[in-house]
Amino acid sequence: MDSLAIELRGIDKSFGAVHANKDINLQVRRGTIHGIIGENGAGKSTLMSILYGFYQADAGDIFVGGDKIVIRDPNVAIEAGIGMVHQHFMLVENFSVLENVMLGAEENAILNKGITRARAELKRLEEEYSLEVNPDAIIEELPVGLQQRVEILKALYRGADILILDEPTGVLTPAEADHLFRILEQLRQQGKTIIFITHKLREIMAITDEVSVMRRGEMVATRKTSETSVEELAELMVGRRVLLRVEKGESKPKDVQLSVENLSVKDGRGVTMVDNVSLDVRAGEIVGIAGVAGNGQSELLETITGIRSAVSGKVTLCNEPIDVTGDADPADLRKRKMAHVPEDRHHMGLVLAFEENENAILGYHYDPEYLNGPMLNLGSIRQHAQKSAEQYDIRPPDVRLKTANFSGGNQQKIVLAREMERDPTVLVIGQPTRGVDVGAIEFIHKRIIEMRDAGKAVLLVSVELDEIRSLSDRILVMFAGRIVGERAPDASESELGLLMAGIEEPMEAAE
Amino acid sequence: MDQAFGIMLVTLEGTIRLSVPLILAALAGLFSERSGVFDIGLEGKMLAAAFGGGAAAAVFQSAYLGLGVAILVSLGLALVHGFASITQRGNQIVSGVAINFIALGATVILGQAWFRQGGRTPALTGDSRFQAVELPFTDALADIPFLGPIYANLISGHFVLTYFAFAMVPFTWWVLHRTRFGLRLRAVGENPGAVDTAGISVTRMRYLAVICCGILCGIAGAYLSMAVAAGFVKGMTAGKGFIALAALIFAKWRPVNVMFACLLFGFLDALGILLQGQSLPLIGAVPVQFMQALPYVLTVVLLAGFIGKAIPPKAGGVPYVKER
Repeated sequence: MDSLAIELRGIDKSFGAVHANKDINLQVRRGTIHGIIGENGAGKSTLMSILYGFYQADAGDIFVGGDKIVIRDPNVAIEAGIGMVHQHFMLVENFSVLENVMLGAEENAILNKGITRARAELKRLEEEYSLEVNPDAIIEELPVGLQQRVEILKALYRGADILILDEPTGVLTPAEADHLFRILEQLRQQGKTIIFITHKLREIMAITDEVSVMRRGEMVATRKTSETSVEELAELMVGRRVLLRVEKGESKPKDVQLSVENLSVKDGRGVTMVDNVSLDVRAGEIVGIAGVAGNGQSELLETITGIRSAVSGKVTLCNEPIDVTGDADPADLRKRKMAHVPEDRHHMGLVLAFEENENAILGYHYDPEYLNGPMLNLGSIRQHAQKSAEQYDIRPPDVRLKTANFSGGNQQKIVLAREMERDPTVLVIGQPTRGVDVGAIEFIHKRIIEMRDAGKAVLLVSVELDEIRSLSDRILVMFAGRIVGERAPDASESELGLLMAGIEEPMEAAE
Repeated sequence: MDQAFGIMLVTLEGTIRLSVPLILAALAGLFSERSGVFDIGLEGKMLAAAFGGGAAAAVFQSAYLGLGVAILVSLGLALVHGFASITQRGNQIVSGVAINFIALGATVILGQAWFRQGGRTPALTGDSRFQAVELPFTDALADIPFLGPIYANLISGHFVLTYFAFAMVPFTWWVLHRTRFGLRLRAVGENPGAVDTAGISVTRMRYLAVICCGILCGIAGAYLSMAVAAGFVKGMTAGKGFIALAALIFAKWRPVNVMFACLLFGFLDALGILLQGQSLPLIGAVPVQFMQALPYVLTVVLLAGFIGKAIPPKAGGVPYVKER
């Protein structure tokens, strides 16, 4: 029980000027679940990619089962018994489960024998670890939870003893995540070693035996999970004390500012994505929409903000209708004081190739303040950008820097600054903290609460249930395009989780 | 009745003859594109191979030596495309266009410099050209009505390369779906990351695919200058590489569909030749140019609306870079 499955000594790796891993030491005991936690960009994924042979370290040694090995490419890692479940699944989507499992481990040049063996082996793994999945199912038709299972099966099929999971719960519903944890528990009991990478403290506490914390490319601490606390880990991750739960007072809702009635939206293929949704958002409250990604939240946001048109339904902004079934226009809605922080800042919120100051006024560039006749008034634009960079603590505070060179958190702050400081009446926010580090999350959450307290109506969509619960005054749960329930923010996580999975009557499902 | 039957036979025979280079080129493109390397240089490779094959066959007086040279020339260009788009991660369209232009110019310049026949290669005769193969029983069956002429014209009497092209269709399907190479090839065109993490070299897979493409294009070129024609004529591919590309998309990158698509385009071509100068009922004489344009017009129409959505391999056209 005490022997080491993996030991890393002095691992160092740089990408150009970025020092991703600095002199990392790590010991992972055999038969344990070892968590690695850190903010985005702390170097967790790089470290694991080195262990899996995806990158080569500039310096340092890797020991597997006590023997020093050089992991030149993933083949060496696979032979050493290391398997990896990537954050973005490495599956061929139009292949069957069987084909994906076999890929790279086919045995013969002609597939016949390999197929027979793979079928038998999948059946054995299915029985041993209760990892059921239909070998002939096509990957893209499977729910993400099952796709992840295929990734695990791929690793086990190659005889992995050590399993690395990179942010495995990001795409899962709470129920699916629980199921994954049970699988991992079972794998551990069978003697497998698991390295579990995440930025979610709760998951670390729930399933790991030991946890190592990374910060800015360094390994800052390793603790037994039973001897540490969420607060300590958070502090280690960020390097200072952080407020995990935003402090907020009672909400004082006033008039309805945004009202949605019987809204239905279809996507390009004619599939109904938003199904007869009605909701109200009042001044001075935050309405949160919870749900697993892909249940119509994106389409709902895009329709309300005039990007996508609806099939039927009504939306009113400050008692004035928005022509959602016709030609509602995002620019027009902005003039009518609706601000929109899009879900995906890279595709909708920012032009990454632009300088920071250009993004700081994107969409508001018609404002006479920034114009000099038909020309842009660059002086006033930059001055304005400088001011908001200070107010929103955008780092580095260089407004001439290309936006792509800012970190995720700072990019998000650029979008937030642009949308919030216009004094909107209604603020529509999608995924405010996706890919944003803990320190910036705290800042962003505070700002959102401030907007509420200043009497704005805030509609918030997030796939992070914790975020929805800590910010919202009312929670609506969306499943398969419909609002399946409304709960108070103190509703239990399991209750919300069941709603998110489309189970409306928790009593029945609780076995 | 007999006359109609005769015309039909001639047209179908023409269809087969004209669709062979399309099938070979389209299958070449299929290997390349299923691996994620788009190739609009099929035309150029075919043209260069036709020239190289024609020239070598004329000089060495051997069709098979000519075929070998044709394959080598095409392979060389394919590797250039591979180097540009796989190793150097360049733009695959630009590289393909460059190859087309190089082939178009170089074949004429070299042809004129070497043979001084206005860009042609010397006419091939005897062993220096592929000869039609008479299958057994042609004589025995000749007297049977319908079946005899069909056997003699449509089944027997083609070039070795013709039989090879049609045999390649099921063979390609088998390779793609029943071999390790095929599994990896399809995977690398859909999600190279999955292939890389499975411990297989993406670069190696894509080069192998490009090599397959080069070989098949070479054979297609040899067919043009050493089988259907007795020598290279400048610009003799006349857009067949692009038609093959259209057929590939039309066939949604599937081998058996590719064959039918190519047969359809071959048929249109044959029909065009048949109707040249003929007077059609109601319409009257149709200008030659119109008939020549027909396959292209139909390509556009078919691609625009009649085949539904053709989904290309997901990683097609994108150089593979390990994400950081």
